[in-house]
Formats: sequence, C-alpha cells, structure tokens
Amino acid sequence: MSSLMNWIDERFPLTKVWKEHLSEYYAPKNFNSWYFFGSLALLVLVLQIVTGIWLAMSYKPDAKLAFDSVEYIMRDVDWGWLIRYMHSTGASAFFLVVYLHMFRGLLYGSYRKPRELIWIFGVVIYLAMMATAFFGYLLPWGQMSYWGAQVIVNLFAAVPYVGPDLAVWVRGDFVISDVTLNRFFAFHFLLPFILVALVFLHIVALHKVGSNNPDGVEIKKGPKGNRWSDTAPADGIPFHPYYTVKDIFGVGVFLILFSAVLFFAPEMGGLFLEHPNFTPADPLTTPPHIAPVWYFTPYYAMLRAVPPMFGSQFPGVVVMFAAIAVFFLLPWLDRSPVKSIRYKGPLFKFWIVVFAISFVILAWLGMQPATSLLTNLARLFTVVYFLFFLLMPWYSKIDKTKPVPERVTD
Amino acid sequence: MSNEGVDKGRRRLLIGATTAMGAVGAAYVAVPFIKSMSPSAKARAAGAPVEADISKLEPGQRITVEWRGQPVWLVSRTEQNLGDLETLRDVLTDPDSEQPQQPEYCKNATRSIKPGVMVAIGICTHLGCSPTYRPDVGAEDLGGAEWKGGFFCPCHGSKFDLAGRVYKGVPAPTNLVIPPHKYLSDTVILVGEDGEAA
Repeated sequence: MSSLMNWIDERFPLTKVWKEHLSEYYAPKNFNSWYFFGSLALLVLVLQIVTGIWLAMSYKPDAKLAFDSVEYIMRDVDWGWLIRYMHSTGASAFFLVVYLHMFRGLLYGSYRKPRELIWIFGVVIYLAMMATAFFGYLLPWGQMSYWGAQVIVNLFAAVPYVGPDLAVWVRGDFVISDVTLNRFFAFHFLLPFILVALVFLHIVALHKVGSNNPDGVEIKKGPKGNRWSDTAPADGIPFHPYYTVKDIFGVGVFLILFSAVLFFAPEMGGLFLEHPNFTPADPLTTPPHIAPVWYFTPYYAMLRAVPPMFGSQFPGVVVMFAAIAVFFLLPWLDRSPVKSIRYKGPLFKFWIVVFAISFVILAWLGMQPATSLLTNLARLFTVVYFLFFLLMPWYSKIDKTKPVPERVTD
Repeated sequence: MSNEGVDKGRRRLLIGATTAMGAVGAAYVAVPFIKSMSPSAKARAAGAPVEADISKLEPGQRITVEWRGQPVWLVSRTEQNLGDLETLRDVLTDPDSEQPQQPEYCKNATRSIKPGVMVAIGICTHLGCSPTYRPDVGAEDLGGAEWKGGFFCPCHGSKFDLAGRVYKGVPAPTNLVIPPHKYLSDTVILVGEDGEAA
C-alpha cells in the first residue's frame, strides 16, 4: 500500500494535497452552526450536477417536445420523478444554503481584509448561480418558464441604443422560441462546470489565508503550537477529522429536511414549482400573475419599484443589477475596527437586522401583484437595502465596538 | 540561458507584435461564434407578413393573430369608444403619439388607418408580457368610472387605452407598438407590410 502511495506521490502530489488541505489544514476551533453552509453548498452543487446529467438523458430541448418530455420524466421514466424533484428542490435548497452562507459572512466579517478575494469569488459564484437558475427555468417550457424568460430577456432590451438588437441576439429570434430554448439548455449545461471552477478558486483563496471564525480573530497571528504540531496555530484544529465529521453531521440534518420537502412538498405550495408552469408555454397568452421563483423576488421587487425615467425602464434594470454588484464593494465599505458582530456596536447590529428584514420583505413583495401600496413599500425597502451598504462607511466607523480578545473564545 | 547581449527592445517588440496578431486572430475567430447566435435565416423568414380577416369582428370585439411569434390585436372600436378616447388626454403619458411607436400613417388621434379598427402588437412596452383585454367600462379594479375600456398588463399593472396609449404613473414607458399594416380590402388586413419602402 505504502509503495503504491510512493509511486503516486512521485508523480502526483496526492499526500501533499491531502495534508495541506485536510489532515494538516488547521481551521479555528470555534466554528458554530453557521459554518455548515459552505460544505452544504458544495453538496447541493454536486447533487444538482448529478441529477441534472440524469435529467438530460431523458429531456428534449425542443419547443414542441420539452414540456412533454418533462412529464415523461415525471410519469414514465423509472424514478424520473425523484430525480426531477431532487433537481427542482435542489435549486431552491442551493439558494437557501448560499443565502445563509453569505449572511454568515456578513455576521462575522468574513469579507474583510485579507479575505476580500474569497468574498469576490463568492459574489461571482452567486451571479453564476443566478444565471444557471435563469437558464434552467426556461427548460420545462411551461407558462412561467416562457413569460419569466420573456421579462428577463427584455431587461436587455432596455439598454439604451443597442438594447433591442441585444435582446434579439440573446434570444436568437424576435421572440422567445425554440432557438432560445435550445441555447438556454446549452448554457444551463455549461455553467455548472464553470461554477465548479469558481468554487475551486474560492477554496484556494480560502486556504491561502485561512478561515475566519465567529470571533473574527486571526488564529495565524496568535500563539503557535497545538496537540498536533508545534508550528500550527494554537487555536487551530485539523480540518480532517474534526470538521469533516462535523460537516457530515450537518449533511445528515440537511438531508432529513431536504427529504421532507422532496417527498412531502416538492412544489412548496407554488414557491419552488410555480403553478402556471404546469401549463405548456403559450406565446399569445400571459398568465394573470407573473412572478419569478422566490430566490429572485427581492431583485424583481426592486426592478418593479423603479418608475420609468426618460421614456425607458432602464433605470429599474440598473437598480436591480446594482443591488447585486454592491456586494463586490462590501470589503471596502466596512470601516469597523472589528470583524465579528460579537464585538461590533449597536449601530451595525441595527443595520444588519434592518437589512435582513428588508431582504425578506422585498422577497415577499416580489411575489405579490403590483398595487400602488405594495409598489411604494417596495420603493421604501429598496432604499433601505441600499442604505445598509451606502451608509456603512459612516456607521461602521463611528460605532461603539467592544474589545476583541487575543484568542478565540469557547 | 544567458540574457547577455540580448536586444531587449527588439525582444519586446517581437513579443508585442506576436501578441497583437494573436489577439486580432482571436477577434476574427470570435465573429462566427457571435454571429451564429443571431436569428437564423429560418427565424428571419418566419417574420413574413400575415393576413387577418376582420369581416366577422363585432363592435367591441377583439381578435388576435400571430406575427413574428407575437400577438397582434385587432379591435373593433364603437362610436362610444372613439368618443372616450378624446376624454383621456390628461391621464395619458403620450396622448399625441410623439414617440415613434407607430408608422407615420398611424400618428393620429386614434393611432389607426380607419378610426373604427385598432391594430396593435399585444406586447407590453414594459417587459414584454401580453396585457389582457378589458373593454368593461367602469371596471372596479381598474379605477371605476374613470376606466373607459382598454388593456391591463397583469405583470406589473400597466394600463393602456383602446388606442394602445399608455396611462401615466404605470411601469410601461411608451404606447403599444402599432405594426406596419395595410388594408388589402375592406375586411382583410395585411400585418407586417405596408407597401412603403421597407
């Protein structure tokens, strides 16, 4: 056995990689439950790729056949319903897990120096996920697939001057058609592999600087020497077996919840699989109420909240994309002397609560039909959403912080 | 390897020139990939004009035909409707159709060739949903007595009158598009072609 390992190690750094990234990778010993979501996101990504490839074995990306081929998977393919529900539930689970993972970063300042690049790779992953989900949502070729894509592709048409031509180029036709479906399938197949590459970069950057933790203390700057090594950080424990075991426990809990949704509420009352999508796409009739899937609704609410200016809806599109792009700036907006919420003052705590509430309310508003009251509410919370970011350089600086301990706490 | 006696300026020029040529080549290779995503000859051909027969269209009724995969509405307007159109000026964004959302020959009070027949593309100018036809004057959910019939977009709440003109204070920025069209006879309309220089 060891001679086989020697043979491999002379040709490929297997033992070296194992040690550097698992058995001798020292992570802070004080991770809490918020730290489950990174490994869970990885699990769901793998689940989506595997179920996606199996779905592609029976799915037909053709406007005449697509809707029926999904029903064929649901009814006639052995276990097809399970694989399809795993994929559709997995999409929602992916966003849920990633939103919690991002919120963890907000809580403990995981985006702060020296982890800016980890955060930026993360935001790019988030964007790639949204693109993947958008392309994938057209594939069942139901009413919501069709009209949802129609609305989103028309966002491009709002770009001044080149917009209409750009929208035709994206669709490959004057309307969403078979051509569009076919290319969206190609992109939906491609993007997950780009996601894998981005996740790889995210982890490479993470392992270069080491994990943050709920105290926001840099364990690499603290004292050295632990049970396993004299040179490793005193507050670090080897990722394997300590955190691999912890993460497997998290996976167990997650899979119980995931299965409960998968088997008992795969449509989640129209939240995960929207009801109009059980009707085949009809280019001549718009369903009475169009709303994207829940994970897009906060941004959709913002899009609707901005009134047209200068005879164009472009400002709304700009606001929507700015709401995501502003995440890129976060590492430089936070001027607090401390990283973690544990040592931040009341101002930051107030704003992060207000931000979380706005996000949830905007998500709800994005699902509702637009009335003038709800539109005004959406305007209010869009402003609050942006104020969280734009005022951060000010309130994070003047906030009354608590002293940070030298070592991580238990 | 020794770098002695190397002409660094010359080396930089050669590297720069090679890189630039490579970039130009890559740009040329990108063209077919970008172009192949534009509408194919088949998709362009599907944009051919369609005929619509309005002989059976009763006053107040609407029919829908498909042109370029989009719904085109043909509505028979009543005398009452035509009278109402005049009264709406104050609540509309662009009552005189200043924005070029229609062919020149439809830039008039009713946005049509014949006042009694409306022809419009049934795609909301906000984000491309197809509004619903709501001819019911005085509909409670659309503002009661102020509603003189028209179109309501369920997606984001935009409202249009029976000439496809957009109401103020709704997400849609412009009036509905009037496609090029012409009358082949009193009851047959050709949508997509108007006989003018294309």
